Amino acid sequence: MKHLLSAGDLTRDDAVLILDTASELATVTDRSVKKLPTLRGRTVVNLFFEDSTRTRISFEVAAKRLSADVINFAAKGSSVSKGESLKDTALTLEAIGADAVVIRHGSSGAPHRLARAGWIGGSVINAGDGTHEHPTQALLDAFTLRRHLCEGRGDLTGIRVTIVGDVLHSRVARSNVLLLRTLGAHVTVVAPPTLLPLGISAWPCDVTYDIDSALPEADAVMMLRVQGERMRAAYFPSANEYSRSYGLDAERLRAMRPDAIVMHPGPMNRGMEISADVADSDRSVIVEQVANGVSVRMAVLYLLLGGDMKGQG
Amino acid sequence: MTALVLRGVRPYGEDPVDLVIEGGVIAEMSRSGSASGHIVDADGLVALPGLVDLHTHLREPGREDAETIETGSRAAALGGFTCVHAMANTDPVADTAGVVEQVWRLGQRAGLVDVRPVGAVTAGLLGEQMAELGAMAHSSARVRVFSDDGKCVHDAVLMRRALEYVKAFGGVIAQHAQEPRLTENAQMNEGVLSGVLGLTGWPSVAEEAIIARDVLLAEHVGSRLHICHVSTAGSVEVIRWAKARGIDVTAEVTPHHLILTEDLVASYDPIYKVNPPLRTHDDVSALRMAVADGTIDAIATDHAPHPHEDKDCEWAAAAFGMLGLQTALSVAQHTLVESGLLDWRGLADRMSVRPARIGGVQTQGQGLEPGAPAHVCVLDASARWIVDPEAVASKSRNTPYASMELPGSVRHVIFGGIPTVIDGALA
Repeated sequence: MKHLLSAGDLTRDDAVLILDTASELATVTDRSVKKLPTLRGRTVVNLFFEDSTRTRISFEVAAKRLSADVINFAAKGSSVSKGESLKDTALTLEAIGADAVVIRHGSSGAPHRLARAGWIGGSVINAGDGTHEHPTQALLDAFTLRRHLCEGRGDLTGIRVTIVGDVLHSRVARSNVLLLRTLGAHVTVVAPPTLLPLGISAWPCDVTYDIDSALPEADAVMMLRVQGERMRAAYFPSANEYSRSYGLDAERLRAMRPDAIVMHPGPMNRGMEISADVADSDRSVIVEQVANGVSVRMAVLYLLLGGDMKGQG
Repeated sequence: MTALVLRGVRPYGEDPVDLVIEGGVIAEMSRSGSASGHIVDADGLVALPGLVDLHTHLREPGREDAETIETGSRAAALGGFTCVHAMANTDPVADTAGVVEQVWRLGQRAGLVDVRPVGAVTAGLLGEQMAELGAMAHSSARVRVFSDDGKCVHDAVLMRRALEYVKAFGGVIAQHAQEPRLTENAQMNEGVLSGVLGLTGWPSVAEEAIIARDVLLAEHVGSRLHICHVSTAGSVEVIRWAKARGIDVTAEVTPHHLILTEDLVASYDPIYKVNPPLRTHDDVSALRMAVADGTIDAIATDHAPHPHEDKDCEWAAAAFGMLGLQTALSVAQHTLVESGLLDWRGLADRMSVRPARIGGVQTQGQGLEPGAPAHVCVLDASARWIVDPEAVASKSRNTPYASMELPGSVRHVIFGGIPTVIDGALA
C-alpha cells in the first residue's frame, strides 16, 4: 500500500496490522525520550487547506517521534478558488522531495487527485477531505474501541457502535462505518432524516431516527459535531430541538450499558450534541482518542514509508 | 460548374447510388457508376443529411482561450455537422442584436457550418429581465432559439412571459431545467454514490420538477417549449406524458448521457464533471429508449470546451462540461444504431431533420432527396478509432472518451454543395 485515501481501501488484515503497530509504537510515548530513528532523513509534509488543530498537531508529533523532517504547509488564504493551487503546491512539494504528503482539503476527493493525477510521486495520506473521509480518525477510533472493549487485540467482531449526528456532512462517519464494518463491528447510525445522505440504506450499517432505541444495546456511542450553519440551512429547526432529540446528556447516558464508552472526534459543541457532564464523565474517552491519534498516525507513516504493509493502494 | 459526385455512397446505409451535387443542391441520385463530374470515391460509405446540433458552446466572444467560432466550426465539420446552434452564455452574453450578429458573421466567415446564434432569454442570463428577444429575432442573425443555458429560467412568471412572447416570431424557449435551490453547490447525481463520495448531490427531481412545470406552462399559454439535455428517466416520463397530452414540447439528449454513467465520478477525475451530471445505468437505458421511440427528438452535443487548467484540478474547483462535436455521431452509432434501436434513417431524423425543425432552420435537415440543399455527411460505419484528445480540432482537450474505441468515422462532409471535409480532413 502506497497511499491511505479511504478507510474502505483497507482489508481487515491491513487494519489490524495498523492497530497492532500502533500498540507497539504507543510504548514510545511512555518513554522519557519519545523518539525512534525509523524515518530519519524522510520528509513528511503536512498540507492543510482547512483549519485543523488536533489532526495537524497529531500528524506533526507522529512524524517527529519517528524522526522524520516535518514541513507544515498551511495553504489557507492562498488562491485555491481556481484549483491551480493544489496542483502547483503539489509540484512544489515534489520538487523539494516530499516522501509523504498529509493532506486536508475542503474538496472531497482532493487526496485522490493528488495521488493519481501524476503531480507527485510520494505517498498521500488523507487527513480529511471535504465531506468524504477521514481514515486516520476511523483508525484511532478503532484503536480506542479495541483498547476498551477487546483487550487491545485483534479486530472488533461483535462490538456494537452507535454513531449519532450529522452523518450527511461527516467524513468521520463515512470512514468509521467502512472501517468498523471491515473489523467486524456492528454499526448503527442515528440522525434526523435531513442529516442522512440519500442512499444510506445501501451502507453497511443500521439506520434509525430514534436515539433512545439505539443506545441501550451499544458498547460505544460516537457523537458527531453538528455545526450551527446546518440549522440556518434548515436541516433542523433549532439548536434546542436538535439537542433534545439527538444530544447525549446524563439521562441518556444512564440508559446505556454500564461499561459503554462515549466518544467524540472533536471539536465538541458542549451543550449541543453532548452535554458538558457527559463529555467530562469517566465514561468519556474523548481525551484518550486524541492521544491514540498520535500512535495510530505513527503506525500509518511507519507502514506507508517503511513499505511493510501488505496489499496495494 | 462541374457536378460533384459521391460515387457508390449508400444513403441511410441503403443501396449504393451516385449522389450528384450541383448548384448547392442534390441534383440526382442515380445508379452507382453512372454519373459523371468531379468524382469522390464513397464506395460503401453511409450518407446522412448534414448533422444539426441544437446545443454547442463556441465560447466566442469572451473565452477564446477555450474555443473560437473558427475552431469550433472545424470540430463541428469534422464531426459531420453542417449546422450548430451557438449557446448564449458568452462574455458578453448573447442578449442583444449586436452580439448575435457578431456571432453569426464570425460563423459565416469561418464558412464551415451554419452557425446559428442562440439568444439569451434574460438580460445577462440573470433571470430577472427579459432580453430583447424581438430585436435578436429580427436581426440579420434571425434568432429563433432562446436559452439561458447554464442557468434555468426559474422564475415561473418570466418563463411564462418568454414562452408567450416568442410566439410572435416563431421562436422557441430552450429550457435548462435545473431548480436552483435544490442544486446549490451540486457536484454529481444524487444517489448512493454521491453519499459515499461525499459530493453534494444534484437530484433528478430538480430537473423533473422544472420540466413538469414548464410543460404545463406551455400548455396553458399554447406555446412551444424545448428541453435541453434531458438526463433522467423521470424526465422522459414527464415528456412522454406531455406529448401524449398534445403539449408542443420537444427535447434533446447529449451523447454523453447516452453512454457514460455516474460510476466514473468515483475516480474524482473532473473530466467527468458535467451539468446535468452523469446519471445511472437505468437513466441511460431510459434515455436510449426515449430517443428510439421519439419521445426525445434530438441528440445535441452540449459541446463545452474548457482549458486544461479548469480540469486539471480537484473536483469541486473544476468547470462543468465536456467536448462532444467530434464524437457525437460515433457515440450515437454505438448506442443507438449498433444496439438496434434505430436505423440510419432514424438517426438522421434525430440528428438532422428534427433538430433543424426545432431550431427553425429551413435550409437544413431536408434529408437526402433530389432538390434538397446539399448538406451531406458521409461516414465509414465499419471503421473503428481510438479517441485521442491531442488530435481534436477543438481548442480544448476535455473529451471524456480519451483512449476509448468508438465506431464510425466521418470521411466527407458537404456543406451547401461545397466539401468541408474530404477523407477525414478539412478540405
